[in-house]
Amino acid sequence: MSDWKKRDLLTLESLDKDEINHILRTAESFKEISTRSIKKVPALRGKTIASLFFEASTRTRTSFELAAKRLSADVVSIHSSSSSVLKGESLIDTARNIEAMRVDGIIIRHSSAGAPRLLSAKVSVPVINAGDGAHEHPTQGLLDIFTIKQKKKKIEGLKVSIVGDILHSRVARSNIWGLSKLGAKVCVCGPATLLPPCIEKFPVRVVTNLKEALAGADVVIALRIQLERQKERFFPTLREYSREYGIDKENIKLAKRDVLIMHPGPVNRGIELSQDVIDGPRSVILEQVTNGVAVRMAVLYLLLQKEETNESIS
Amino acid sequence: MSLLVKGARVISPGDNLDKEIDILIKKGVIEKIAKGIKAPKAKIINAKGKVAVPGLIDMHTHLREPGREDKESLYTGSLAAVAGGFTAVACMANTNPPLDSEQDMEYIYTEAKKIGLVDILPIAAVTKNMEQKELTEAAKLKKAGAVALSEDGHPILNSSFMRHALEYANMYGLIIICHCEDKALSAGGVMNEGYMSSLLGLKGIPAEAEAIIVSRDINLARRTSGRIHIAHVSCKESVALIRQAKKEGVKITAETCPHYFSLSDEELKEYDANFKVNPPLRAKEDIAAIKEALADNTIDIIVSDHAPHLESEKELEFDRAPFGMTGLETSLGVSYGLVEEKVLSLGELVNKMSVRPAGIFGLDKGSLKEGDAADITVIDLSTSWVVKKENFKSKGGNSAFIGKELKARATEVIFSGRLVMENGKVL
Amino acid sequence: MSLNDNKIIMDKEQIKRALFRISHEVLEKNKGTKNLAIIGIRNKGAYLAARMADYIKEIDSKAVPVGILDITLYRDDLTTIAWQPVVRKTEIDFDITGKNIILVDDVLFTGRTIRCALDALIDFGRPKNIQLAILIDRGHRELPIRADYVGKNVPTSLNETVDVSLIGADAVDKVSVRKVGKQ
Repeated sequence: MSDWKKRDLLTLESLDKDEINHILRTAESFKEISTRSIKKVPALRGKTIASLFFEASTRTRTSFELAAKRLSADVVSIHSSSSSVLKGESLIDTARNIEAMRVDGIIIRHSSAGAPRLLSAKVSVPVINAGDGAHEHPTQGLLDIFTIKQKKKKIEGLKVSIVGDILHSRVARSNIWGLSKLGAKVCVCGPATLLPPCIEKFPVRVVTNLKEALAGADVVIALRIQLERQKERFFPTLREYSREYGIDKENIKLAKRDVLIMHPGPVNRGIELSQDVIDGPRSVILEQVTNGVAVRMAVLYLLLQKEETNESIS
Repeated sequence: MSLLVKGARVISPGDNLDKEIDILIKKGVIEKIAKGIKAPKAKIINAKGKVAVPGLIDMHTHLREPGREDKESLYTGSLAAVAGGFTAVACMANTNPPLDSEQDMEYIYTEAKKIGLVDILPIAAVTKNMEQKELTEAAKLKKAGAVALSEDGHPILNSSFMRHALEYANMYGLIIICHCEDKALSAGGVMNEGYMSSLLGLKGIPAEAEAIIVSRDINLARRTSGRIHIAHVSCKESVALIRQAKKEGVKITAETCPHYFSLSDEELKEYDANFKVNPPLRAKEDIAAIKEALADNTIDIIVSDHAPHLESEKELEFDRAPFGMTGLETSLGVSYGLVEEKVLSLGELVNKMSVRPAGIFGLDKGSLKEGDAADITVIDLSTSWVVKKENFKSKGGNSAFIGKELKARATEVIFSGRLVMENGKVL
Repeated sequence: MSLNDNKIIMDKEQIKRALFRISHEVLEKNKGTKNLAIIGIRNKGAYLAARMADYIKEIDSKAVPVGILDITLYRDDLTTIAWQPVVRKTEIDFDITGKNIILVDDVLFTGRTIRCALDALIDFGRPKNIQLAILIDRGHRELPIRADYVGKNVPTSLNETVDVSLIGADAVDKVSVRKVGKQ
């Protein structure tokens, strides 16, 4: 029997330890499917999923679509350039229209924090947050945790350092919540200008010096730095950022010998991570991408199965 | 027709009045205040068990006319005002086009008279077309009936310009109502900056964005001896500055709104844009500071900052929705919470919602004595009611208090000697 | 539950003998272990598959590859059952293409589980053939499916259920039938 009760996946902040573990366990079973020659199971046959990307993201969209297709669901993909959002239709109108077409679930990526939450209040089908503004990116958090767990066999007690633009990062927020709920010791590191207000009230240690973040770390998650932040005066130059917060084969020696290097991608090579670290033996960046599909299959399975189940009961 | 308000506990702090007494109204004025008045021809308003106070005054509303009559009009705004127990409301200048001329003042007075439900007192812009290039003609505006000047929503950030505006307005006894916001510091912000904004991933507006301009305006008021009134005080930092300035004798008064002493930024968890206001809902400690400031008169008056918007706009993503919530119809109920919490006495609440607004802005209102124009609000304190969108008279349904249970409600409103609301129904 | 409605139909020894016999039949029919592979259906089929592989090794001194198949995602009742089954891993670490697959499960009933298993298996490759080995055939087929090897035929009524306990998953080896009241 399942212990999955939630209709939506909006945040990791709102999940408890058991729920996160349940998704991770389910994802383990799904990982195997992607290794088959026929990478498809009929679990969601006949279900239709709308994938609403109001913000460009080839990677996440592709990962979700692959996940859905491997579960035999049909995916209708609507991205902002093709949707009527640009024609002045509101998110809520778009959502109501899509629901009227009787889809079984909605995946949404949006530049406004809270948009998935707003959507879930207006529709009756499961809503999966594929990243909302600087709020959360729960499936990225889950796939990061899944990758760590596959490699380290545990999460509890691990020292995980998240480095870079924490302020604008939904990946950081989802990881902070997910990892800390599973007992990891999370440290965030970035220039003071790129740390969120009151970050010390989150379950994290806060440092601005990269060396302190790397020292003794089991896992280092580097975040992508948006190049336009320099123009917004968050830091002086990209060169200085890279010198102060770039991870290379020298400073990574401060971390544990078996440290995992992660990055949600796409990487600015030579800025957040040096070339040799990206392609080095400690990097699990490509495994994150592989695991992303398994985690998203698990999420889609748990949520879309569940919905139908609820209806059949009531 | 004459009216007789019978049996109410009449509270008029400006007249040192707080007792059960009758009020007889004839030809628009209070004819007599005495016990056991007999007036066989008068319409009797049985107010036994209720409270009668000088008509409530809301010095900060956005009635949207001219320009955005789809959001609110002077008529619907008047209906909402009466329903909320007000007999006078001041309307802000940021209409489209802004209220910046003698004709605009005239327009508001003429329309208000036609509607005949409440006094609508226009606040004129400080600069022409609110473009912050030229000053409006304060002398003329004063004569035309502008009750104050304000660039609400768009603070004059050029300090030299602001200084001149203060010096000039002061000559004509016009108060400048200051919307204090350092727009560079608040740029892109949609809620209070703090733990909640970081949790929700929304860009914050730090309290300092308000406090820095409060401080600047205090300094300019001190330099120029100009009269300033700080609009919608939301944070403890501003409270401390205003308190200190008052001690030093700066000519400053201040207002806050019901949402700043009843709702914190934790309400934003659901990303409901009805909670999106500017300045933003602050933290719990700010709420405490605002209450303290109300109690010690650092903050002089309570206003609603009534800001109706279309439902389709408030349904937008949080960061895209406009700022503002309605307040005319909930202001009294929410503010009465302060009496229940023993922050204010009932008399002090009447002060902040009628007597002081009249005093600060030089209005011939806010008192109940024989010979006064009869603006009276009768309030039922024993009732409790649930705020419902469908019951609003305002066109705006964007209230953060929908679904909340409030106590105290105006049941009768007498405006200029005419009964405009009876038994909670606007006539 | 009273003793009356819980009847033991196979004990440890009987189970062993049945599986041993089936293993012999498998070897006989397939002429040895060449190209042979055994795949058990989760949950109990996996235990039976492992035991059969042991017996085959005992008889023929050759190891055959053994796999575990989880058919949850192939179930045709996923949308109608009131609970959500936990998905577990399929563990087949050999190529099934060209193999003679012995598919193993504990109880053959409606045939729907086997239908799922066939769908699932075929997604893994193209076996030369698939044969079905079953410990208990209790009848009531809803699909045209039959077993190639049967441990024991047990006629049952629809308001009975067959419980298979196997050491590894349970405390003892036994098969019992019990009545379940209609609710």
